Amino acid sequence: MDGIHDLGGMQGFGPVEVEPDEPVFHAPWEGRTFALAGAALGAGGFNTPMFRHAIERMEPGHYLTSSYYEHWLTAVTTLLVEAGMVSAGELPPGYPLSLPVRVGPADVPDGPDLAPSAGGFAAGDRVRVRDVRFAGHTRCPAYVRGRNGTVVSVGPSAPVPELEAHGGKRVPERTYTVRFEATELWGDGADHAGAVVLVDLYDRYLEGR
Amino acid sequence: MSGDHHHPAPLTPVEERAAALEQLLVDKGIVTPEFIDQVVQAYAEDIGPMNGARVVARAWVDADYRERLLADGTAAIAELGYGGPEGDHIVVVENTPDVHNVVVCTLCSCYPWPVLGLPPTWYKSPPYRARMVREPRALLAEMGCPVPADTEIRVWDSSAEVRYLVLPERPAGTESATEDELAGLVTRDAMIGVARL
Repeated sequence: MDGIHDLGGMQGFGPVEVEPDEPVFHAPWEGRTFALAGAALGAGGFNTPMFRHAIERMEPGHYLTSSYYEHWLTAVTTLLVEAGMVSAGELPPGYPLSLPVRVGPADVPDGPDLAPSAGGFAAGDRVRVRDVRFAGHTRCPAYVRGRNGTVVSVGPSAPVPELEAHGGKRVPERTYTVRFEATELWGDGADHAGAVVLVDLYDRYLEGR
Repeated sequence: MSGDHHHPAPLTPVEERAAALEQLLVDKGIVTPEFIDQVVQAYAEDIGPMNGARVVARAWVDADYRERLLADGTAAIAELGYGGPEGDHIVVVENTPDVHNVVVCTLCSCYPWPVLGLPPTWYKSPPYRARMVREPRALLAEMGCPVPADTEIRVWDSSAEVRYLVLPERPAGTESATEDELAGLVTRDAMIGVARL
């Protein structure tokens, strides 16, 4: 989905604020949320793509103004409520949950537009990222869609995130590390002169060129 | 009661929500407070950038180890006893005079937990995630890490299964340092790639 989480290349943000000597957890609830999220995801049979998608469908204003562990808390509670393991009435009033996105397994692009390419790719292959728009969970960042790159290495195979997030089906597919010249992504400019961006992409996100 | 100095501060809304969820999950038998305590302690004390610093120091003093580390990061890191969640596919990328590497996760906050622990807030922040892929040279300079104009910057966006660790260049003048002393010089930020040693 073209959600608020897909931040790569977005403009208008200010400086990166670095907190000196930052503790791992700023308050007990952060660590406890981190731990209980792991336990709850396991107990509910929720996989990582489901969890990530539950963060991605947080209301955008809430997403941008809440901490990382509030993202976790919101997402895991949303999954538990949607699965009926916790009822909304058991939660404190006004507990914010992520918004529903009506995407089912049948909506996952699996036709010619997003089929695994025949034979896969090898290091050195010139590829283009398919310009696929999908309302659900994907690990293809928007800033590389439609852009040209070069495969630099074949990475591990892993379940296709779209299929895992929407229906829980585990269909392993090869991933690749693809190199993009910064000028291909952003045009000319001193702020990214002499830079390349390397993105890990699933086979079905790519086409040969 | 105004005279009761032991009365705890009222919970913030998010603390209240976290406490409510924990109580619900304890009541439902999904989690125990002891399990939560163990996880918190592990990530607060045992799993952190000191692990990655040991990996880097070993690579600096042992050329064979360095070669194994660059060829198969996960296996070489396991030799030192590190592994676990977010550590199944660790790739180590080496800084040289010609190449500076820096790691980001634009879609969420992917990070090599076994060697760096949990990520700092800035790594998870929208400005870092938005800007590092678009203006790496400017942002690195802004963060106190100017990269020479003729050095290529490689930005690694950990968007799938691989988690990246930067192998910084060994600082000049450390020829006589022991492996332990070298590990003490390695910073988390250098292993993310937003600092040079």
